[in-house]
This record gives sequence, structure tokens and C-alpha cells, in this order.
Amino acid sequence: MTSFYGLGALKGLIVTLRYLFRKPFTVEYPDEKLVPNPRFRGNSFVWYEDRCTGNGACAKACPLGIIRIVTHPTSRPDIGNLYAIDRFDIDTGRCMFCALCIEACPYDAVFMGNDFERATKTRDGLVIHKEDLVTGAKLPTQQFRPQLEAMEYKGEEELDQHEAGRWSL
Amino acid sequence: MSNEIISFFNTFLSTSQSEAMATFVGIFFLINFVIIIVAFMTLLERRLLGRLQNRIGPNRTGPNGLLQPFADVIKLLTKEDIVIPAADRWPFNIAPLLALMPALSVWIVIPFAPTWILADLDIGILFVIAITGVSVIGVFMSGWASANKFALLGSMRSVASIISYEVPMILAIIAVVLLVGSMSMQQIVLFQSIPLVLVQPASFVIFLLAIVAELNRSPFDIVEAESEIIAGYHTEYTGMKFATFFLAEYTAALAWSAVVVTLFLSGWRIPFVQADIHPFIDGLVFLIKTIFVFCIFVWFRGTWPRLRIDQILGFSWKVLFPIATLNLVITAIEVLVFNDVFAVAEGETLPTIALVAMGLINIAIFIVVGIALNKFIKPIDQEPQSYPVTREGMTL
Repeated sequence: MTSFYGLGALKGLIVTLRYLFRKPFTVEYPDEKLVPNPRFRGNSFVWYEDRCTGNGACAKACPLGIIRIVTHPTSRPDIGNLYAIDRFDIDTGRCMFCALCIEACPYDAVFMGNDFERATKTRDGLVIHKEDLVTGAKLPTQQFRPQLEAMEYKGEEELDQHEAGRWSL
Repeated sequence: MSNEIISFFNTFLSTSQSEAMATFVGIFFLINFVIIIVAFMTLLERRLLGRLQNRIGPNRTGPNGLLQPFADVIKLLTKEDIVIPAADRWPFNIAPLLALMPALSVWIVIPFAPTWILADLDIGILFVIAITGVSVIGVFMSGWASANKFALLGSMRSVASIISYEVPMILAIIAVVLLVGSMSMQQIVLFQSIPLVLVQPASFVIFLLAIVAELNRSPFDIVEAESEIIAGYHTEYTGMKFATFFLAEYTAALAWSAVVVTLFLSGWRIPFVQADIHPFIDGLVFLIKTIFVFCIFVWFRGTWPRLRIDQILGFSWKVLFPIATLNLVITAIEVLVFNDVFAVAEGETLPTIALVAMGLINIAIFIVVGIALNKFIKPIDQEPQSYPVTREGMTL
């Protein structure tokens, strides 16, 4: 193949020269951010209080037992069995983001979020409380939620509970 | 330019004193200018290397990373200066300066413009070779004084590679000197109505590769091969002493780039334009060319992996040395014959047509030698021998 001494070295030089005129692969993170994958299991959760019945399926499904739910009985004629939620804490400091809680929820009340910038200086800061879930951005991901995939939802705009769930409660 | 400085000092000093002062002023400006350029060359190298490797490189310190050299200097200045107890103190401390001094001294004979040269020595290029030879002592001294086997190994390798690469390098220079008929750097530049890289491409390639080895830059950087001997000869150096070595390395790289520009790329002259225009424009042209050659070194570094020591020495003695010798002999014959054919009188230079003919002959020889080398030189690494593997997976 190489009929001339040092031709291979020259070819190598041309290969690297081509890279010189190419856009670098590097993403300068704080300045430019990539959009996460639609099924991204992010470092956050999206929870719709109106869809949640307080049945605790997610807490039971959690292999690590890090979802803490405190409820008290109430009634809503249109649904029947319903618990009002007092506390809904997820300790993401111990969470492994397996999304089994999302799979367990029969009412599409909890979703994986696409946030990944939740670094804190304390372990307590990693616990997501009910208030954070209520006020947090409603940017669910497609993880175990085929209806979002059918919508071709990419996590760009916030969804309310009617849009995110399979049926309205 | 120097006349104005001398006349300025003449207002309050005697003539000889003001001449000396003018030299000092020249040296002061030259050294500071060179060191500032070198500081930005380190940034250029890192940015360019980044782009060659599909990444960006340092760009967050100041606009486009322009303040990075200053950040580096501050970091190195504030580092603790450690002299290990086992070290031989005097050589250990002198070595960085001994490495830096020759790299800065080369700039004495670099012609930036027709009048901008600190000393237009008749033996300019010989001075360059002689003074850069001293830097080996600095490197070897540091390795010897460090009381560290890796440092010693690194400096030994440095000496081995530099000594073997000086031979083809000097042979390549001699071919140019034969052609020009002078060792003065200014004369070499003035000779080049067409850049000598077109007349002596073989010399150019040999010289460029020999310099890369001389500077211990990749792919010939066995001297500081991280994967083998930590940092080579400057393993034990910290802070400003290390910075001095670093500076010496880059100053030498830039100085050799300037020598390449002088010898082969027609120095401060814009190619194919006859006269000098203005010292500032000439100086700018020279600087741009120098940076361009430096970028070629970076390009090499970004492309070629590090060679083994036997490959490096083999490349010098088996490939570069024969080509350089052949090139020298043929150039000598060419100069003799063309001087006769074109009836060049004493003190005149060869006509352009002769130079073009030389260039064509040189390229032809280069191609023939390249094909011949490919025939005769077997790669050092043979294909790994394949062993028959039995059913049990044992190697026979």
C-alpha cells in the first residue's frame, strides 16, 4: 500500500488537519446545555397531587424504601377511595433512579423529571419534599409513560395533570 | 534604528559607552519580546492541539483564554521551591538557567528585518548550532543532579537523541550554506529570491524533523515520556525552576522555528517580492512565518505517537543521515556545475533558472530515495508471530 517511505505518517497528518477545521465535539456545559434524552431518568421527580390517591404503591415498590408518604383519610365522591397527602418525601440522596415507583403508580401521578442540576452541600438538601414537588417544574420524561412518547413530548414545556396522565381524574 | 538609540545615549555618554548601552537596550527589548511571544505560544499550542484532538482547549481565562499564560505564570511563581536533600545543589540550581541561556542566545543572530538584527555574525548559523549544543549540558546536568533514576534516564535519552540528530541537521544546513555561499543569516535571507524550501525540499524536511528531535518534542519526546519516566529530566523540579525549563523548551522551539524561516522560508521577505518594504512589515512577516512553523511542530505533536528510542535513533542514522549525505553531495556537485554552466562571477548568485533546476532535481532525488527506502528499510516491528492454539487453549 505505502509505496513511498513515510507516506503513512503524511496520511496521519492529513487526518488531524481535517479535525482542525471541524467543529469541536466539546459542549461547554454551563454556557450551552444539551437537551436530555426524552426517556431520561433525571435527578428529580414530577408529581401531580390531584392525580395521587395516596395508595402508596410507589412507596411499596421502592427497593430502597426512600419514599415516605403520610396520609389521612378523606373522600371524594367521584373517585371513592382517596387519601389526602400530608407528606410525600423522596430522598434522592439514596435513590438509584430505577423508576420502579413510576412503574408502580396506577394513576400516572408520579413521573421521572429531567432535571440534573440538583447538587447541594448537605444530604438533607437532596430530599425532595411535598412542597418542592408541588411547586417544582412539571417537566416529566417519557420513562414508562408511553402516552408521552405518543405525544412526542420532549420535555420542553410544562404539562398539567390532564395532559400528562392517560385519563383525567 | 540602533543609530537612533546610540545618538540618544550620546547626549550624556561617550560613544563607546552609548554603543554598549544601545546593545543592552536591544537585548532587553529582544528578551522581553521573545518571552512574551513564547508565553502566548504555549497558549497557541494548547488551543491548536485541542482543535486537532476535536476539543477546544483552554478558553475560559479571559477572552478566548488569552490570560491563560499569566495564570500559569502566577501559579508557577507561587509554588513551593523544593530542592530535594539528595540533590547535588549547585548543578541542580544552575541547570535550568543553562537550559534557558542558549535558547535565548539564538535570538542574537535572528534577522527580524534588514536592520533588526542584534549581531549580524559572519558565522550566524554556526553560532546557532554551537550555542544550542550547550542546552544539552543543562538537561544532562539536571538529570545528573536530581538523584532520581527517571531524571537520569531522561537526560541520557536526551543526550543520545540530540547527538544523533545533530548530524543530519548540520548536513542539511551545510547544503543550504553551500548554495548561499555564506553563513551570515542576513546573507542567507538576501539570497532567497525564491524561498529555499522550493530549491532544497529534501534539506527542509530533514532539517524540520531533526529539529523536532532536537527540541525533544513529540513524536521524539522520549526525554519526558510520561508513560515511561514520569517527566524525564525535570521530574524533581518545581515552581520557577520547572517554569524555566518549560520556558527554555518553548523559547528553543520558537528560536528553531525562526531559524527554519531564515534558512528555508526566505526570512523577512515576502516570497516572490523583491525588496524590503518597511522594517515593521518585514518583522511582522517574519513573526507570522515563525508562528506558522511553530504550528507545524504542534501539528506533528497532535498527530504522531511517541516513538521508541531504537526507532528514533534508527530513523536518524538509517534514514535521515543517508538522505542528508546524498543531498549534500548532490548539492555540492550542482553548485559547482551550475556555477560553471551559467558562468557566475565571484560574488554573484546563481540565476533563478538554476535554482528552479536544482529544486526539480532535489524533488526527483527525494522521490527516488523515498521509494528506495521503502524497498530496503524493513519496519522494525514485524507482524507478531501467530502461535497455533490447541483445543485446550494452550499455546504451543
